[in-house]
Amino acid sequence: MPAGILATLKGGPDPAGPIGGVTSEPALVRRLLIGIALVFLAFFLVLPLATVFVEAFRGGLRTYRAAFQDPDALSAIWLTLTVAAIVVPLNMVFGLAAAWAVAKFDFRGKSLLVTLIDLPFSVSPVVAGLAFVLLFGAQGLAGPWLADAGIRIIFSLPGIVLATVFVTFPFIARELIPLMQDQGTSDEEAALTLGAPGWRIFLRVTVPNVKWALLYGVLLCNARAMGEFGAVAVVSGHIRGLTNTMPLHVEILYNEYNLVGAFAMASLLAGLALVTLAVKSFLEWRYAGSIASASAR
Amino acid sequence: MGFRLKRPSALPGFGLSLGYTLFYLSAIVLIPLGALVFRAAGLGLGGILAIARDPRVTAALTTSFGLAFAAALVASLFGLLTAWVLTRYRFPGRRLLDAAVDLPFALPTAVAGIALAALYAPNGWIGSLAEPFGIRIAFTPLGIFIALVFVALPFAVRTVQPLIGEIEAELEEAAATLGAGRARTVLTVVLPPLLPGMLTGFVLAFARAVGEYGSVIFIAGNLPFVSEIAPLLVIIKLEEYDYAGATAIATIMLLISFLALLVINLLEAYARRHLGHA
Repeated sequence: MPAGILATLKGGPDPAGPIGGVTSEPALVRRLLIGIALVFLAFFLVLPLATVFVEAFRGGLRTYRAAFQDPDALSAIWLTLTVAAIVVPLNMVFGLAAAWAVAKFDFRGKSLLVTLIDLPFSVSPVVAGLAFVLLFGAQGLAGPWLADAGIRIIFSLPGIVLATVFVTFPFIARELIPLMQDQGTSDEEAALTLGAPGWRIFLRVTVPNVKWALLYGVLLCNARAMGEFGAVAVVSGHIRGLTNTMPLHVEILYNEYNLVGAFAMASLLAGLALVTLAVKSFLEWRYAGSIASASAR
Repeated sequence: MGFRLKRPSALPGFGLSLGYTLFYLSAIVLIPLGALVFRAAGLGLGGILAIARDPRVTAALTTSFGLAFAAALVASLFGLLTAWVLTRYRFPGRRLLDAAVDLPFALPTAVAGIALAALYAPNGWIGSLAEPFGIRIAFTPLGIFIALVFVALPFAVRTVQPLIGEIEAELEEAAATLGAGRARTVLTVVLPPLLPGMLTGFVLAFARAVGEYGSVIFIAGNLPFVSEIAPLLVIIKLEEYDYAGATAIATIMLLISFLALLVINLLEAYARRHLGHA
């Protein structure tokens, strides 16, 4: 606002930025800072991304396409899609339930609960994977019991799903909680006085109020679920064609010096990341008001 | 309110939603981490310390913590610069660059790992530029550092960026009318309120960098005592069926995570109290 007034006083927007004159740096300093930031980001963001696609297409389009004829590659893609299709809805239901409890009610221990929900963000994925091995593995606490019951969790799909749920646990909840806290309870209370039952209030009032934040959370959760490497590497056992997700398949091909294959598979994941970033930026730009703070993640 | 656990509310679904939240939280996060803590308790403090004193383990922990600290520091400085440039200046491609800052969040770590390894290898685009000067980046601790700066960068940028946007221009104008030069205004008026945000970003970046695995192992070279990181050693111990070793290293890393979380909460409480933002 003050910047706007300043710009109006000067007769139009300042080409140097929203804030001009005494509250900005000399043009030379400005250009220098922009230059440093550009070089830094080019080295750290643009070049790695470009490398993925350049290496993937190094052998031409035919070799690139051939990389996806491999049945192990196809099964890795299929497994990754399966895992994401299980993990994202699970965390979505959890996110909605947690946000409803935290945002619509006041109870003791709420801040502890919110801290615990964020906990998986600061735990190393490898440590998370190890925790599941110590619980469900052959030498784990529940291992003998699981073996008797004939249930396999580690080195199979349930373990991969559990590890992925762990690392993506807070994504949707933490998008919903601040937004629903800001929105308060008046819409729901109004619906209640009009006689709507609980589920109807939730589905017709609450969910539409948070739909863009929900979509935002789902997007980030999905990207991480498809790309998770460390936690899944610990629990999967790297069984080709069975428990290899796309990122694990990238690792195997890379270690076999099949660089074109590794980068071809990686290019799919990089494409997913680019689509995620594009949709994310669009949501932030178009629905900024209906997405709570997108910062400090 | 007395001893009531919950303030009365007309809305339904408290029991169901909180019950499910607690169940899911326990099943996915608390019980597995509990299993790790239980295993660690079985080793005892002496047992964990004995494993931590094993030279290879000490070397891996030192490598991980030291390089994560350095990377978080560098990312914080460049993160502040990047956030400042993105928020304060207008230049072509700014929005694209702003979106690109989140790339390390969105790009799967294994993809980042092989890309960085290819880029900084002696025959890669950047590695071949450094090679004539006798600088090897990939397959040395320097490579680990580069990968950790990559993963740490978005934390550093995104924690200070909203704070820079919130700085009131009146304060800067007031400083200028009182005769402060631009450099003095920036140092004494603009930067101090950003400090808690920068620290939060630093701690988040550090916590993430300490535990990072995927983007590091391809560029690291993974030489024991030189370029072996703690998360990799956890996996190696696990593959050798050395559950005690894996548990001990993981427990030390988990402890650091808890400490980081504590520091972040304290910083946020401080910022709320003294600066009026979280």
